Amino acid sequence: MNVEPGLFHFLVIGAVLFFIGIYGFLTRRNLITMLMSVELILNSVNINFIAFNKYLWPGTLDGSFFTVFIIAIAAAEAAVAIAIIINLFRSHQSINVEVAEEMKY
Amino acid sequence: MFEYLHLMKSEAMVLLIIFILLFIKLGKGLPNDTLLSVVQLLLLCTVVVSFGFNDTGRIFNGMFLHNTLVGFQKGILALAVYIISLVCSNWFRQTEHLAEVFVLMLSALLGMFLLISADNLLMFYLSLELSSIPVAALANFDLNRRKSSEAAMKMIMNSALASGIMLFGISLIYGLTGSLDFAQIWGQVKTEPIHMMAFVFFFAAFAFKLSVVPFHLWTADVYEGAPVPVTAFLSAVSKGAVTFAMVNVLAKVFANLSGSWYVLVVGLSVVTMLVGNLFAIRQDNILRFLAFSSIAQVGFILVGVSGQNDQATVATTYFILVYVFSNLAAFGVAAVLLSEAGITRIEQLKGLYTRSPFLAWALSLGLFSLAGVPPAAGFFGKMFLLMAGASKGNYVFIGIATLNMIISLYYYLRVVRLIFTSADKDVASLQVSRPVMFGLGICIAGIIFTGVISWIYDHIQSLV
Repeated sequence: MNVEPGLFHFLVIGAVLFFIGIYGFLTRRNLITMLMSVELILNSVNINFIAFNKYLWPGTLDGSFFTVFIIAIAAAEAAVAIAIIINLFRSHQSINVEVAEEMKY
Repeated sequence: MFEYLHLMKSEAMVLLIIFILLFIKLGKGLPNDTLLSVVQLLLLCTVVVSFGFNDTGRIFNGMFLHNTLVGFQKGILALAVYIISLVCSNWFRQTEHLAEVFVLMLSALLGMFLLISADNLLMFYLSLELSSIPVAALANFDLNRRKSSEAAMKMIMNSALASGIMLFGISLIYGLTGSLDFAQIWGQVKTEPIHMMAFVFFFAAFAFKLSVVPFHLWTADVYEGAPVPVTAFLSAVSKGAVTFAMVNVLAKVFANLSGSWYVLVVGLSVVTMLVGNLFAIRQDNILRFLAFSSIAQVGFILVGVSGQNDQATVATTYFILVYVFSNLAAFGVAAVLLSEAGITRIEQLKGLYTRSPFLAWALSLGLFSLAGVPPAAGFFGKMFLLMAGASKGNYVFIGIATLNMIISLYYYLRVVRLIFTSADKDVASLQVSRPVMFGLGICIAGIIFTGVISWIYDHIQSLV
């Protein structure tokens, strides 16, 4: 069976990646892995944007531009997050989220 | 060229301060006292520039919209940052990296200015990130405190997830409408399930940033762990900016879904008020107490937002102005108590009146205004919010909101009672430095006069 990939396929991949990202974010206890899950979410959005741009609105470039900006912002966000995680490691000797439990309720 | 400078005057001013700070840092550097005075002076200029000479216009292909109302809102935010720089000056003087703190804080402020002015989803997303990433870095600025790094971690993780969820919503909106322009999206949003789904994803991010229940879990921890100026910034400036942006987007982009988002906003508002109030009762840390009280205030803001008319915009803008004064009075006193006497718990407030009558009056006026007791401006703020909400004719909802005001009276007045009861043992009196006194003075004047002078409300109404 030879199927030409269409909008539907890309959207399914995007949605699946998005929910894998959410699931990973909620279940993983390691901060770096949680950050990777966020990157998965952002990449699923990128796939959505590119697919919509190519199949539904081929005349414009809005979607592609948006993707470029998302990649740049994701890098900035990861940089700040990793700096914070390194500082957390210095004070708590671990990057497991469960060690950060001084403040609750 | 002149048009760009004229419409982006607040942004240009903030950028100028950022560059001045960077150059000072690159050169010899200045002692903290001098640097703080320079920043305060420049911030005062920003406040004046933002409130005056506002004009209507669009630049950058319609991506950036400025009008008189937006100018006024920017003025409120700039004023809030100026007050923070005054009331938290004890902390600012002691910190090692003063220039960096202000560079980050002003970058976030710049992001918020652009957020209010955004008229395009791309612009909106970029400015939302600019307004949230630096704040997470700021939350970590007490580098040696374990709680500070915990707070920063919780904040960056939550805001990263929130912006991811919002982006998914934006991608759906783009797919459905083929445009990122607010005006063009407005005509094409329909009450179909896929549009509703995009809206819910989009709204979730607002709920995160505003700490609407059930997205509020990060709020109390971040407020407690972060340095006090950052907490004040988050609770007054950040909340104000996101509220303005939310009112703007809900009215402009999702007007066609107004029947559906009314239900959503009403539901979230009731839950937010209830949870915020009930959890505030059981707190014994001052900052956590203020965190839950600010969650409850967000519930009230949503009452006003649910009105869906011009009056809602006026009422929320007016309420944020009042909220900035009353909240910063409370946070300012909390900052002084923390840095001068190490007070963090509510019981330690006992006998505050004998230690410093000025601080006692400032804190009680702030709390009276937050509770909504008549002579203070908070009462008028809440009254206008309730009136805007009541224009829909849903009186059960307004009744619940009023009942929540009564619950909130209980825990605010509990704190006020502690302030004026005498302490068990003799305690040293507290010294208040001049900038702090000036900042708290602005707050007190704001609390008293914003309510009494009806010209301010009329002025906001004339801007819409």
